[in-house]
Amino acid sequence: MRRKTISYAKWGYIFLIPFVVIYCIFSLWPLIQTFGYSFLDYVISQGSVTSIRGGGADTIQNKGFCGLSNYIAVMKSGGIFAVSFWNTIVLWLVGFIPQIIVSLLLASWFTDIRLKLKAQGFFKTVMYMPNVIMASALSLLFYSLCTKGGALDTLFGGPELLTKVWGARGVVGFINFLMWYGNTTILLMAAMMGIDTSLYEAAQIDGANPTQVFWQITMPLIKPILAYVVVTSMIGGLQMYDVPYIIGGTAGNPNQVLKTLVSQIQLGKNSSVGAVSALSVLVFIVSAILGFITLKLMDDNSIKTRYGKKKKK
Amino acid sequence: MARIEGIAGETENQTQTKIRQIVAYVVLIFLMVVSLLPFYLLLINATRPKVQPGIQFYPDSLFFKNIGKIFDENYRTNYGSFPRAFFNSIFVSTIATVLSVYFSALTAYAVHVYDFRLKKAVHTFILIVMMVPTQAAAIGLYRMLVNMNLTNSFIPLTIPTIAAPAVYFFMIQYMASSLPLEIVEAARMDGCGEYRTFNTIVLPILKPALAVQGIFVFVSNWNNLFFPQMLLDKPEMKTIPVVLQLIKANIDSNPMTADAGLEHMFMVLAILPVVIIYLLLSKNIVGGVSLGAVKG
Repeated sequence: MRRKTISYAKWGYIFLIPFVVIYCIFSLWPLIQTFGYSFLDYVISQGSVTSIRGGGADTIQNKGFCGLSNYIAVMKSGGIFAVSFWNTIVLWLVGFIPQIIVSLLLASWFTDIRLKLKAQGFFKTVMYMPNVIMASALSLLFYSLCTKGGALDTLFGGPELLTKVWGARGVVGFINFLMWYGNTTILLMAAMMGIDTSLYEAAQIDGANPTQVFWQITMPLIKPILAYVVVTSMIGGLQMYDVPYIIGGTAGNPNQVLKTLVSQIQLGKNSSVGAVSALSVLVFIVSAILGFITLKLMDDNSIKTRYGKKKKK
Repeated sequence: MARIEGIAGETENQTQTKIRQIVAYVVLIFLMVVSLLPFYLLLINATRPKVQPGIQFYPDSLFFKNIGKIFDENYRTNYGSFPRAFFNSIFVSTIATVLSVYFSALTAYAVHVYDFRLKKAVHTFILIVMMVPTQAAAIGLYRMLVNMNLTNSFIPLTIPTIAAPAVYFFMIQYMASSLPLEIVEAARMDGCGEYRTFNTIVLPILKPALAVQGIFVFVSNWNNLFFPQMLLDKPEMKTIPVVLQLIKANIDSNPMTADAGLEHMFMVLAILPVVIIYLLLSKNIVGGVSLGAVKG
């Protein structure tokens, strides 16, 4: 026997090939390109071509190196990054604040050993449903319900929410709330169910009321997962596109407040490539920071995946 | 005395619990109504005429007429063929699902089972790229595809799903809990090749995880607006969300000619496949949420 042991390591590499190759072609290389474009004076002039798309539009391209001027242009007050970053944050907050409050409340009710709520499966199923429904369809539905003369607009006496800055923000926030509160509730429930029930029993014997139990036991113990939920939701929020785009159209009406970071990429893909690339790089940097926080959170707490190093005991 | 106090405290606690229970149910039922009312109104409005002022809680009689409008000539000239768009969506979502689930499982298998020098590095790398939103590279990808003449093609909507970090992450967690290495070793003893082991022995074990991830991938591709909208502008290539966005753009530009009955019927048909999947598999889907842990 010449080969006593067979090394299988090569199979590990072989099986990784499809993933790595496809990732490099369709993600890594475009990312590098995006970085490169962000330093170029890369503008595609539409000339007389009226259509935004199509090969004919790519007539005049200007690709000189321009240093950081794209970054300066998009970040200055009124620049596409400054405006849409602010818009995106506001839209995210309007949906996320009610979402986290309601989800904490529901999760603590569902896991409360004294309340013993019935039909939990049914409630969870209904709560999660808006999350799987096509976001753009849900948004078009809300658009038609809230627009002038729509069903909800009539029901509430014709406030015409979609023509008002905070009204439109509220509608987008509400749709995001509807889509994500079930998801957040389920994640927080999983965290709360991981809490040792003897802690709750001990608190009950000591005469703690539900509010005290929530703030003194539940909250400190789910803090890591709560942080994880906040950060991942932020990363998701940065990518917000379908809902504000369908509600506000290309112009991001009213008053451009529904223009988000990602919708700027869609808008500028055939015209201001350099500026949009700079914006993309900034989005990348912000989400890299948030992603780094997420990985740290996953690393040193109860979210620690079942995979990975065995916990030292 | 002390004992009587204890009992009194106990009953007070019980009434308190009762009150909290009632409050919880009221809030829950309110949220159920809020979650379901839009869908109810959607169905009602799909039975109503072209112009729909105000709110109506009972169905009208135009359900079949509105379905007919989706397939008529007028619709086709405005938005392209509906069956074609529906087929495109099914096609793209199905291919994307199969590719991303199969290859992510293969990738996770490589990292889980084999010992090689870059194992840890690869795992960490994929976790890091999982956090990078795909939109951050979208402009570079789009310009590349324009140069390669690959817009208006389904290749960029399907092939890139082979590298799906979130699915990889789920799969490797699942393998850590349910794929003992002894099985792989036993297969080797019996002379089973490495690739065959994965296909015939490992994949069946992973079936529950493949199913859950498959549902999520299918649904997210079915609903995807951003990339298809970026790439597809030929009418015969459009997917359902792209047509939906076109319908909305039409409302914005010609509010007078908009047909609310048709729009709502379109939305009903657009969400129908996912609603059916959800009604059949909601247990697996809801159960998969907390397992996946990483979802936008």
